Amino acid sequence: MRAFHLILALAALLLATPSARADDDFSTALRALNADSYADKIAAAEALAALGEGRAAPILDALADGRLYVTPDGAILIEQAGTYLEPLSQKIVTTDKAEAITVNNRLRGVARGAAGRLALFSPNAQARGAAVEAIMNSPSDEAADMVRAALAKESDATIKALMVTALASLDLSSDNAGHRLAAVTQLADSSDPSVRSQIQRLLETETDLQVRKVAEKTLGSIEFRVTLMGFVANLFQGLSLGSVLLLAAIGLAVTFGVMGVINMAHGEMIMLGAYTTFAVQQGFRAFLPADLIDLYLVAALPAAFLVTALVGMGLERGIIRFLYGRPLETMLATWGISLVLQQVVRQIFGASNMEVANPSWMTGGWDLAGGFTLTYNRVVIILFCLAVLGGLAALLRWSSFGLHMRAVTQNRPMASAMGIPTGRVDAMTFGLGSGIAGIAGVALSQIGNVSPNLGQGYIVDSFMVVVFGGVGSLWGTLVGAVSLGVVNKFLEPYAGAMLGKILVLVFIILFIQKRPRGLFALKGRSVES
Amino acid sequence: MKFNRILGAGLFTAASILPMLAHAAEDTIKIGVLHSLSGTMAISETTLKDTVLMMVDDINKKGGLLGKKVEAVVVDPASNWPLFAEKARELLEKEKVAAVFGCWTSVSRKSVLPVFEQLNGMLFYPVQYEGEESSRNVFYTGAAPNQQAIPAVDYLMSKDGGEVKRWVLAGTDYVYPRTTNKILEAYLKSKGVKPEDIMINYTPFGHSDWQTIVADIKKFGSAGKKTAVVSTINGDANVPFYKELANLGVKADQIPVVAFSVGEEELAGIDTKNLIGHLAAWNYFQSVKSPENDAFIKQWQSFIKNPKRVTNDPMEATYIGFKMWTQAVQQAGTTNVDAVRQALYGQKVKNLTGGVAVMNTNHHLSKPVFIGEIQGNGQFQTVWKTKDVIKADAWSPFIPESAKLTADWTYPWVCGNCTEPKFK
Repeated sequence: MRAFHLILALAALLLATPSARADDDFSTALRALNADSYADKIAAAEALAALGEGRAAPILDALADGRLYVTPDGAILIEQAGTYLEPLSQKIVTTDKAEAITVNNRLRGVARGAAGRLALFSPNAQARGAAVEAIMNSPSDEAADMVRAALAKESDATIKALMVTALASLDLSSDNAGHRLAAVTQLADSSDPSVRSQIQRLLETETDLQVRKVAEKTLGSIEFRVTLMGFVANLFQGLSLGSVLLLAAIGLAVTFGVMGVINMAHGEMIMLGAYTTFAVQQGFRAFLPADLIDLYLVAALPAAFLVTALVGMGLERGIIRFLYGRPLETMLATWGISLVLQQVVRQIFGASNMEVANPSWMTGGWDLAGGFTLTYNRVVIILFCLAVLGGLAALLRWSSFGLHMRAVTQNRPMASAMGIPTGRVDAMTFGLGSGIAGIAGVALSQIGNVSPNLGQGYIVDSFMVVVFGGVGSLWGTLVGAVSLGVVNKFLEPYAGAMLGKILVLVFIILFIQKRPRGLFALKGRSVES
Repeated sequence: MKFNRILGAGLFTAASILPMLAHAAEDTIKIGVLHSLSGTMAISETTLKDTVLMMVDDINKKGGLLGKKVEAVVVDPASNWPLFAEKARELLEKEKVAAVFGCWTSVSRKSVLPVFEQLNGMLFYPVQYEGEESSRNVFYTGAAPNQQAIPAVDYLMSKDGGEVKRWVLAGTDYVYPRTTNKILEAYLKSKGVKPEDIMINYTPFGHSDWQTIVADIKKFGSAGKKTAVVSTINGDANVPFYKELANLGVKADQIPVVAFSVGEEELAGIDTKNLIGHLAAWNYFQSVKSPENDAFIKQWQSFIKNPKRVTNDPMEATYIGFKMWTQAVQQAGTTNVDAVRQALYGQKVKNLTGGVAVMNTNHHLSKPVFIGEIQGNGQFQTVWKTKDVIKADAWSPFIPESAKLTADWTYPWVCGNCTEPKFK
């Protein structure tokens, strides 16, 4: 009976030309959305969708996004980037009295599902694709028939494939054993974890022997792919954690690794970089046109480098250079500096977190197979981190400053005798390490908090990476960071975040017992005993 | 020689100032403010220090208390738990304050508890917490689990909340999330939720890499049953958690997250565009319309000189605690701790969100509960609220060992954790 109604509605949808009568019904259904209770709003959204008109889809979408407004006289408007659109006449309306129609999650789900079903017949291929996904997320009895009807008309090959899969997963709960058999056969190529659990549920109740056999085989092959994708996802997450660790540690690899300064204020350099990012973002918001805001991150890089490099050089000239050769005093002094810097930032910006928005090109991700999503911000950070490391390696290898720096590290008196201004090289090296920490702060502001405590979270990890990788070796830092990241992420699903971290620490302690100089120890005369 | 002379001069000055100080002290009533102004907890606690100062300022403008000015003694325990106890002792022994407003984390409260009990002080604790405590010397003005966690779970199980069948209990690894999750787990099981439909996950303080956990949540939620996350994640770990949710495309209409430690103040540090529809349960939202709330927000923004500053639930709890204390002092006619304690029972203060909060004899409040969805502007929109106020349980009935305990500090019980009355 339901299916019959639906086909009627579909026929009406395909044949109807908007008539005055339909307009009346539509506008009544539309106005009903402005109800008091959520239950009434849900009924209204369903009634609007049941009219089966394609023009209801953008309205339901707007409702789900909270962009549907109502004027005091009950007219419903769609808000788009600050202007109001009258959905019936498609005219722009200016008003300042419109209020948003409130939605809760249940209404949002109903509206999205309904909009999805309507958009199945949209002329826009992308909208049809999204519609199929929306239907898969909120399956219903009517949905299978609708997808079948839409499939018959579909011309785009990728969306056709998507629909076939969707239909198969809907057909899994069909009463017809033939349909179920076709569905499980069809789904053999899927690697979606939700399809896996659907088949598992099917197996719990399935009585038809043939369907069972095929379903078990399908389940086996899906499970294999999901496990494989899980492994790839773990690897990516490990790489991504490794890249974050590496970014935090590169600067330290310069100040601690190359100069031998135990710089407890390293984390605060990262924090200053993040706050510079915030300041640049605020500057962009205040003074530049809104469409340039996505570029603020690029502008923040040199700004953060400059600010932190200057602070770093100031610290080196003002305090740290008097403490060379006295590691304990250096450690205490830089720890004090870190507290001072934190409190200064707390006084200027306040103790609360600052909001640093992700630019649109760093929000979201690619949905790959098997429930694995490659998030943009992580990919950008991995690439960025490699670029920073490459740039630093090139600077050390090919520039004259790099040459001086290596000379001073390897043999200070000899370098001085050759006329290298060791004091200036020290200051510049410390500035370079701090500056790199600053640009790490720009990247880290994209995935975490921007608060005065930001740096504390990274200082222990940074030292861990540098010590593990081998003091003074950039490549050691790279290998150390990535291997710690990957090991951590492979342990986490089994041991939990807490125990995973403890296990990694224990592992490093044991490792350092065996190889006190880390993975890649510097060799030669320059290394003091 | 010279040193001696300076010392002498110093002593002389000190001697001449001391009687003046003692004299001044008689004309003021001192209260202590024990909130961290530096360190990790400064982010949350600084706001509460300012709230107390605002209330003190307000009462002094209105002529003070018992004809005397109120003077706030602010100390900084610097997010350092043992230092909390030291500073509490300093406030009670040296400054001789009449009451202390302070603490945020449960561990800081547990650390000052022996000091307050030994010196018979009075502490107002303004933060939602795990319950399972009732001290004679502490008044708890934040929510107990049955005023926050249980109603939130009830809402999610209801039709409007999406009839959730599968639960992820995610928390930071310390006493509040562990106890709350223990209560919630027992409660869910009593509602017929199977153990395999509950996933419990703990992370360290300040956890910043949420990829694995959010991916696990997504996987857990793909089993075909409606899934929700109950988050007791605290402090700084929330921002990266929500960012990861947004990036992995976990939408509120598929897997809603209900949080107990995320309020307006925390959202101010997050871009909320991608979080619309995720939930929080509190006893107060800034967005609730009422004359009291409007006035409070206006007073706060003008006191802090920032028209964009937000208000939150622990601020309301501080407000209620302070008001109750002043009313009790007026009734008792003295700041004597024992007299004020007796006057506090049954004390009523209007909630900022409407209705009346009452102090019960278990030292906890009766308050309304609100569930709100995060909006694009960083505020909450109330989607559900209790019809009436809910009385806090100091001891949860869902944990077997605490179900038999009663907290009642009036005759004949006079006890915070007894199975039978002290006086029969």
